[in-house]
Amino acid sequence: MSAALEAPLDPRDRGGAHQPMLIVRDLRKHFPVKGAGGRSVRAVDGVSFDVQKGETLGIVGESGCGKSTLARLLLHLIRPDTGELVFDGDQVDAPRGITVSALRRQVQMVFQDSYSSLNPRMPVRDSVAFGPYVQNHPKAESRRIASEMLSKVGLNPDQFGPRYPHELSGGQKQRVNIARALATGPRMVILDEPVSALDKSVEAQVLNLLRSLKRQFNLTYVFISHDLNVVRYISDRVLVMYLGRIVELGPVDAIFAEPRHPYTQALLQSQPSMDPARRIEEPPITGDPPNPIDPPEGCRFHTRCPFAEAVCMERSPELTGDAMHVAACHMHDAGSGHSRARSA
Amino acid sequence: MPDTAILESPTKTFEDQAAPATRVRTYWQSVGYRLRYDKGTLFFGAIVLAIVLSAIFAPWIAPFDPYKESIIGRLKPFGWRGHLLGTDELGRDMLSRLLYGGRVSLVMGIVPVIIAGCIGGMLGVIGGFTGGRINTAIMRTMDVFYAFPSVLLAVAISGAMGGGMTNGMMALTLVFIPPMCRVAETATTQVRSLDFIEAARASGAGTMTIIRHHVLGNVLAPVFIYASSLVSVSILLASGLSFLGLGVRPPTADWGLMLSTLRQSIYVVPIVCALPGVAIFITSICFNLVSDGLRQAMDVRL
Repeated sequence: MSAALEAPLDPRDRGGAHQPMLIVRDLRKHFPVKGAGGRSVRAVDGVSFDVQKGETLGIVGESGCGKSTLARLLLHLIRPDTGELVFDGDQVDAPRGITVSALRRQVQMVFQDSYSSLNPRMPVRDSVAFGPYVQNHPKAESRRIASEMLSKVGLNPDQFGPRYPHELSGGQKQRVNIARALATGPRMVILDEPVSALDKSVEAQVLNLLRSLKRQFNLTYVFISHDLNVVRYISDRVLVMYLGRIVELGPVDAIFAEPRHPYTQALLQSQPSMDPARRIEEPPITGDPPNPIDPPEGCRFHTRCPFAEAVCMERSPELTGDAMHVAACHMHDAGSGHSRARSA
Repeated sequence: MPDTAILESPTKTFEDQAAPATRVRTYWQSVGYRLRYDKGTLFFGAIVLAIVLSAIFAPWIAPFDPYKESIIGRLKPFGWRGHLLGTDELGRDMLSRLLYGGRVSLVMGIVPVIIAGCIGGMLGVIGGFTGGRINTAIMRTMDVFYAFPSVLLAVAISGAMGGGMTNGMMALTLVFIPPMCRVAETATTQVRSLDFIEAARASGAGTMTIIRHHVLGNVLAPVFIYASSLVSVSILLASGLSFLGLGVRPPTADWGLMLSTLRQSIYVVPIVCALPGVAIFITSICFNLVSDGLRQAMDVRL
């Protein structure tokens, strides 16, 4: 497995360098709510984006905006209601595409809760070895891979391998989780808030580890977080979600330098400044996000948007902009009828 | 724990740190370690062991034949002509009968619990893991059995099937399946929602593989603890069935049956007649206390 992963172009590559690793088209997942009269939570409501090979795509948004649901949809851990996934040119779970189990050989996931994502009754080495084992490696080979992976994430396999999760610190557990995800030799890793539960100091170490592993194994990351600093540090491109929809997508520098969507602007302003002279007196955004069972008509952000106008309540904005940087706001759609509308 | 050293930087490898000699225990080793310092559990465990051993080796340690009757030696007090614990209403040696009776009581106490643990545990794990309609079907069926008090249910089943040891054990097994199933289902449902199950699924494992590797290990401890506490209930119920004439048949030595036949003589030799009850009491309370100790040793907040 080692030689295969370190090569610049993976032998498993099918579409070439310019074929996106993952194409997501109009992905939708509604969870029916009991006792709500057949209504449902629109956790992910029509999301389309591409993940390029070798990039890190950051996904940010408030809690409850559908980030984690999206992560699970990408791995088919929950089945989407509609929409399609195309992995390296092959449609997932389609007649002529690749199967879900084939997808799971190439995509792995690291979960937020480092505690519950490890079996408490299993030594961590066995947890790491489980992936290779179920993917038809013999037991001894799986153990060898597990030891190798543990040392790759900076844990001495002889010292930490036989331990149980409760004998490890949060950072160590998350390292084990990363080792577990990488043990099956994936090409793409979905990281669902991998550092949110960690101390700041440990967080930085794990982020650096993730960066070096990405280089080493030629990985593609989808990095989900609510922490803008973390996303800025690790991402190449950033996708901003609000209530199950994409509101803005663009290169990390562009998003942070000139955010286009009012929601992105508010998110960025809500970060406390390091300069005491620039205290934030007013909260840039107030109130809770609307209930995803009954999302607002038109633009979903209009209930909290300082620039909302009549058109925002009527029509849902499309993603518009240049090839790299798009935002779903009527203010950036010249023909929308919004008074501040200008062509992006 | 040497946490900080390895977290310095990701590029720093583990060779940089001196690996301190930390002893790593497996789960069962740590359970044993905790048990070793629990004097009470050890003491009652020793009694349980003594009872089990004396039942197993009854033919060798019993001073008399437990079925040898004697017209003149009926209902004699302790120590009469070498009968250490006296004799019963047919002149049979009480000590020998108690030792032999322990065999029946322990088998009736342990075997139904083991069988019920396997069947109920399996049903619970299947129901808890698959969820949905299958789970509802299994658990509602169990609830029907739950609606009856366990004693009544045991009496009703063995009454319907007729007496005898096998039928008694089958009745007890049926009584214990629903609670076992409930315990296994609860534990499985808790485990199922944890991320490591999702992680296992993400690495491509099928349902059976996940159950075998990730669910059973986590469900085993609560099921085992609960089963150990059911043994005493089972011994009591088995004795009750024998007492009512639904268990083993005379002249088989059995604590419940002995209690039943000796009860008319309670005014003649009260202490001798109470002995089977004392045996039942000591055995079930020791099993209960050991079960409590096991719970404390095994139910670790991991």
